This record gives sequence, C-alpha cells and structure tokens, in this order.
Amino acid sequence: MAVKRRERDLTFWERIYIPEIVRGLGLTLKNMLKPKFTMQYPEEKFIPAASYRGRPVLVMEENGEERCVACGLCSRVCPSLAIEVQAGETDREKERFPQKFEINMIRCIFCGFCEEVCPEEAIVMSKDYELAFTNREDAVYGKDKLLVPVHQLQDRIDFLRSYK
Amino acid sequence: MNIWEIIIISGIKILITATVMLLTVSYLVYFERRISAWAQNRLGPNRVGWQGVLQPFADVFKLLLKEDIVPVAANKTIHTLAPIIALFVAFATYAVIPVGGTITIFGYTFPLVVADINIGILYVLALTSLGVYAITLAGWSSGSKYSLLGGIRSSAQMISYEISMGFSVGGVLLLAESLRPYAIVQSQGSWLWNAWIQPIGFITFVVSAFAETNRLPFDLPEAEPELVGGFHTEYSSMKFAGFFLAEYANMIIAGAMIVTLYLGGFNLPFIDIYSLGLSQALIIIIQVLAFLMKTAALLFFFIWVRWSLPRFRYDQLMNLGWKVMFPLSLINIIWVAALIMIFKL
Repeated sequence: MAVKRRERDLTFWERIYIPEIVRGLGLTLKNMLKPKFTMQYPEEKFIPAASYRGRPVLVMEENGEERCVACGLCSRVCPSLAIEVQAGETDREKERFPQKFEINMIRCIFCGFCEEVCPEEAIVMSKDYELAFTNREDAVYGKDKLLVPVHQLQDRIDFLRSYK
Repeated sequence: MNIWEIIIISGIKILITATVMLLTVSYLVYFERRISAWAQNRLGPNRVGWQGVLQPFADVFKLLLKEDIVPVAANKTIHTLAPIIALFVAFATYAVIPVGGTITIFGYTFPLVVADINIGILYVLALTSLGVYAITLAGWSSGSKYSLLGGIRSSAQMISYEISMGFSVGGVLLLAESLRPYAIVQSQGSWLWNAWIQPIGFITFVVSAFAETNRLPFDLPEAEPELVGGFHTEYSSMKFAGFFLAEYANMIIAGAMIVTLYLGGFNLPFIDIYSLGLSQALIIIIQVLAFLMKTAALLFFFIWVRWSLPRFRYDQLMNLGWKVMFPLSLINIIWVAALIMIFKL
C-alpha cells in the first residue's frame, strides 16, 4: 500500500476532530452576532455616486426649456437604437428643439454614449435605477418623463466636467 | 378513573401535544431560516408580519396551493403511504416524553405525558427505526434513481447509527434501572445529569441523533448537490410538506430525547424545586418551561451545527458509525457499569 503524502500532517487534536468542530461552531456563532450589511430595499435605498450610469434624462433649464437642440447625435450613436428624435423649429436663440424625444428603456443598455456625444450637455445619465414595467408601451419614455430640472443633475454635470 | 375519563384525558393531552408540536415545527423552520441567514451574514425572512413571524403560515399556504405531482414510473400507493408513515412516526414518538411532574386538576392526578408507559424508551427506539421505512419506501416508490440512492443511503445510515444509539441508551438504562422516561428523569435529580456522569455516551447519542434525524453533517439521504434532494426529489405539494414536517418533528423528538435521557428532563439545573415550597401550579409551570428551554437550546444547537459543518462523505460516515461511534458506545457501557460497581450508585 502506497504511503499517503500530505503537505502537513494533522496533529492529534486535529485528528480527533471535536476541537476543530468547536472552533468551526465558534466561527459561525461569531458571524451570527455580527451586524448585517443588508440594505432593506424599499425602505432603505441605495444612493449611487455621481459616476453611476442610471436612466438617461434630458436636462431642463430653470426656465422650463430643454437644453436639447435636436441635433440627433445621440440617436445616431446609440448602439441599441433606443433613442428617437424629431426636430422642430423655434423662434428662440437656439432655433431648434426636439418635438419628440423618446427613449425606449427596454432597448437602452446604459452605455452612456449619448451623454458622451452630446455637444450641449443636454442628455445625462441620472441616478434613477428603479425601472420596472408591466408592459412594453410603458417602457417608451417621452419628453414628459425624460425632462429633469438641472439642479437635480448638478453633481453628474460636475462629474462630467471634471472627468470627461 | 373509569375508561371514559382516561380516554377523554388522553384525548385532551394528545390534542395539546399535537398542536404544540405542529406550531413548534413550523416555527422551527422559521428559526432555521433566520439562524442560517445570521450565520451567513444575511437577515433571513423578515417581511411577513413583524420580523417575519408569519412566514411559516405563508409557506404552508404556498405548499397547499402547489400541484401534487406523482411520476408515471412511481408506485402510487407506496408513494402516498411514505409521507404518511414519516408523519405518523414523527408525531407518535412524542407520546412518551414527559414535559413536567404530576399535576392535579379537578380531582384527577396525572403525569404530564401523553402515555406514561414503562417501556417508553423501547417505544421511542422502535418507532424511530420505523422512520427508515418512510424514507426507503419514498426513495424506492418514486421510480427515480436519485431517490432510490437516497433511500438506500438512508437505510444503511440509519441502521448503522441505531446500533450506537441503542448502546448509548444502554448506559442510561443501567443507571436508571428502568425504561420509563419518568423514572429516568427522576433518577438524574437536579444536578447529577447523565451528561456529566457519562460524557462519552452523551456525545455518541448526540451524534447518532444527528444521523437518525438526517441532519447535516449526516444528511446523506437528502444531499442536495449530489442527489437533487434524495428521497423527496419526486415529491411535491403537501406530500413534500409531510416529509418536511416529519424532519423537523424528528429534530424536536431528538432534542426532547436528549433532554430526557441526558440533561435531567424537566428538572431545573442545580435547584431542587420541591424544596422551595412553591405552589403546585408554579412548580409545574417552571418544570415545563425548564423542559422547553432545554429543548430549545438543543434545537438551536442542531441548527447551528447544520450551518457550520460540511457533509460527510459516504465512506467516512460508515467509518465513523462502525469504527468510532460503536466502540465508543460500548466503552461507555463499561464505564457506567464500572461506576455502578465502584460507587454502588
């Protein structure tokens, strides 16, 4: 019979097994009494850092107008073809505005290309991650849901300015 | 007492015991889940009711609503019979375990045990070995190879560990000179517990109890990763719940048996309760509470061990059963006999 070669031979106390069981039990007991890190979700919510890429939103100025000039770059760059923009003309200084701006949240992959490509800093990724729908129609976000006041997005914009 | 009075009193006792058992079983499942969660740095079920205390009822409702699937290859009669046997064995065993001293209500004096029979321990051993049939038949009748493997493993394991269990009980019986659970509890008094007098027997009995109840580290018949649930792979709905209940009821019985045989039963530790001059009702309440607390502590230990130790390999299990536990329980009997001879206990 071949002699078994082990990296380390067990001592007598390790071989009778009971002290090791007691050590194991001690370890689990210690863990039982430790404080838990679980976040109790609906009551306690995770607040992401500024670098977090949540749902893309359109920036709304303080006067209630959108920054977007409907250039269509975001829709062009979007790898999953989730963005649809239809431009319209306006008498304001910037001349163009999006008549229709839709993001299909089922298609969106949160890559952040739209935000990166936007020349006007008009579309940014928000911290909103609670995206659950009961049907496909609800998942297409129009301008009503996309427009978010600029003061709510300030830390993302600051993050973009310092790191982009 | 005439025959009708005996029947009525026994009926009431059975009703109370069965209700308490069912409630304890469902809450044992709850505590198992909570304690396992704590051991793994989680919170566990805490949504249904305050801190999840209604979780067991939600679980039972869910199981009741499930479809009852019987495989085509299964032997239908035996497939249905197996969980019934498991439940019957689990609940019938509790009849002989004393939870407190004698009580006098409305002029009747009776002990706090459903059936105070003089072969109580034998009865428990006989019924728990019947439990093997439930698991083996369940595994065999399912018509699935995983179930069959689970059933075979279970029969081999239970037969091996029953021997060391029986021999460990032998030591207790030598000291108590009786098979009556009551006499065994009284023989230990308030501090001279069998766990101190015969520690080896205590350890072998506890280990065998783990094996008999199919708890980890000896849950070979179930072994989720290897056997996909073992003997209850092909069970669903209330039949599965039957096995589930029976497993936890067996745990309670194992705990209660350890308390009765080795930890002084319903006696308070280190205090002779009859010498304190308390009223009879208070004595009974304290005794029942002492019994329940000891059992609860043991049940916590069972759960704690389950979430600490890995499962044994099959050959290690057999090695441990035949080459370690069996000789140890024999040594224990010799030790107890020597004690009796030297000290004339």
